[in-house]
Amino acid sequence: MMAYAAKRILQVVPVAVGVSVVCFMLIHLAPGDPLAAILPSDASADLQAQMRALYGLDRPLPVQYGLWLIRALHGDLGQSIATGRPVTGEIAGAAVNTFILAGVATVLGFTVGATLGFLAGLARGTWVDRITSGIAMLGVSVPHYWLGLVLVIVFSVELNWLPATGAGPGGRSLDWSYLRFLVLPAVTLSVIPMGIIARTVRSLVADVTAQDFVSALGAKGMLRRQVLRHVVRNVAPTALSVMGLQLGYLLGGSILIETVFSWPGTGFLLNTAIFTRDLPLLQGTILVLAMIFVLINLGVDLLQGAIDPRIQR
Amino acid sequence: MTPMIDIRDLSVVFGRGPKPVPAVDGVTLALAPGEVVALLGESGSGKSVTLRSLLRLHPASARVGGTIRVDGTDVMALSPRALADFRGRTVSMIFQEPRLALDPVYTIGDQIAEAVRRHRGGTRAQARARALDLFDRVRIPSAKRRLDNYPHEMSGGMLQRAMIAMALSCDPKVLLADEPTTALDATVQIQILLLVRELQREYGLSVIFVTHDIGVAAEVADRVAVMYAGRIVEEGAIADVIRSPQHPYARGLLDARVELAGGRDRLITIPGAPPDLADLPPGCSFAPRCARVSGECRTTVPPLAAPLGRGQVACFHPG
Ligand SMILES: Nc1ncnc2c1ncn2[C@@H]1O[C@H](COP(=O)(O)OP(=O)(O)O)[C@@H](O)[C@H]1O
Ligand SMILES: [Mg+2]
Repeated sequence: MMAYAAKRILQVVPVAVGVSVVCFMLIHLAPGDPLAAILPSDASADLQAQMRALYGLDRPLPVQYGLWLIRALHGDLGQSIATGRPVTGEIAGAAVNTFILAGVATVLGFTVGATLGFLAGLARGTWVDRITSGIAMLGVSVPHYWLGLVLVIVFSVELNWLPATGAGPGGRSLDWSYLRFLVLPAVTLSVIPMGIIARTVRSLVADVTAQDFVSALGAKGMLRRQVLRHVVRNVAPTALSVMGLQLGYLLGGSILIETVFSWPGTGFLLNTAIFTRDLPLLQGTILVLAMIFVLINLGVDLLQGAIDPRIQR
Repeated sequence: MTPMIDIRDLSVVFGRGPKPVPAVDGVTLALAPGEVVALLGESGSGKSVTLRSLLRLHPASARVGGTIRVDGTDVMALSPRALADFRGRTVSMIFQEPRLALDPVYTIGDQIAEAVRRHRGGTRAQARARALDLFDRVRIPSAKRRLDNYPHEMSGGMLQRAMIAMALSCDPKVLLADEPTTALDATVQIQILLLVRELQREYGLSVIFVTHDIGVAAEVADRVAVMYAGRIVEEGAIADVIRSPQHPYARGLLDARVELAGGRDRLITIPGAPPDLADLPPGCSFAPRCARVSGECRTTVPPLAAPLGRGQVACFHPG
């Protein structure tokens, strides 16, 4: 297990380096001059050269990359052009919000999805299966920003039960006055993982229950609930890793959902950075999101290895 | 003596609709305590279905007829809970592919221990001690370490030993063995056969041993029942059947074996193929492949009879 973990962790290094290079190059590959956003369009050539030197843009690319990387490793991703505040701080604040939303949505989606999928997998071909599979299908195929808008119309506009936008009155708390802001975006965001997990678990359960060892368990007299525990243990590694991947996707922040609900997370931040052409903010946000995704994948693999004895080879 | 196993007129039909499959039709078989009977026949002849009937392992859609008594218990009448208590406690089963019959994500030790605790209660530690004891009984080397192995960490032969240990964990009276050596190498096959035979004597088990290999049957069994297309066509002491098979199908099986042993590079099999169970001929199922066939064979199913005063054969032209 330790050897497997070490190997898997080492494999992350080249991926992380690649990701950082791509993020760095973003500024140079993006159309337009990175300085265009801060300099007036009629700035003199002299001023432009001065700014270039100030931002280090006159150095060779590998040197620029090296300096950028060293600063990034020290947690310095530069200043947001729009606000002048450190990018790291902006991202950290947004990341916490996204994490809260993604975490709640994933747990919700996993709980509902795994339950539906398990029932459907056990009762294949019956009406239970058809109804739960139908719900899962809807979850995967419904456009979720559309679903978000519908929920807003019903629960905020018509019924006036829940707020439509924002993250609450500033700060964080487990108080309902804060939590109520989480309900609609979390439910909306949970629909996709719910559908994917329901379908995954259904087919896993169908596969596992068709295996010989399940009838062999019956043949040695195990009770139904004891047999189901074996089924759960067999299904869990894959189901959990799918959940981990879903969490990974959601941690990337959903630009659409966070925009629809004005939820101040990383997706919302990314959206803002794009529309204000705030390149340092954009670059930093993408770098952090990509790294989070790499780490989530690593975590999922390690978790899976810990649960499933066959993976450690 | 009252038989340990008493199967009467067992029939199992799969599938409804226009083409139901009568996998087993009118099987009657009794075993005394401590007796070993081999169930012999080509693949698809209904051996496994017969065996699984003793534990009622068929899907709910299967229609099962006849009666089965094991140690006086009417198996067909057991409530779900009583059936679960009966399985593994009175009757245990070992399978053709131990690798598929064990849960890949539980250690072998845990899988034995859970059966022990299910039927005999006790603590985790007691169940584990019992598992360790059983591992020694089936002669698994470094038993203590092996208990913590997962199925993928053991060889096929070791797994089958572990499977046998598990089957014996609750002191059953009957062992059902469904081709337990078919998936193994020849040398390992012999070891497992000897182990089964030895433990059978030690525990006084009644054993139904399914095989398609008459050599294996000769190795383990006191009696043999030959199945063809869901029916028993010949039954008798293993020595009698091997020396002078009465049913043409049994003779065909033996000849195939002799030709193989004679060093020919080609296995001479019985001409023709087993019938489609969903579309059986009205008379003897073997008639289309039989050299001795007569008009009667095509219209009437021959009943099991004892023309020589020993064993039974279902044929109008035995010998
Ligand atoms: N669960 C089942 N559903 C439908 N058909 C089955 C089932 N189990 C066995 N059969 C059919 O019953 C026949 C006999 O099978 P089996 O007893 O497994 O043969 P074998 O003698 O090789 O063990 C085969 O034609 C098989 O397809
Ligand atoms: Mg079989």
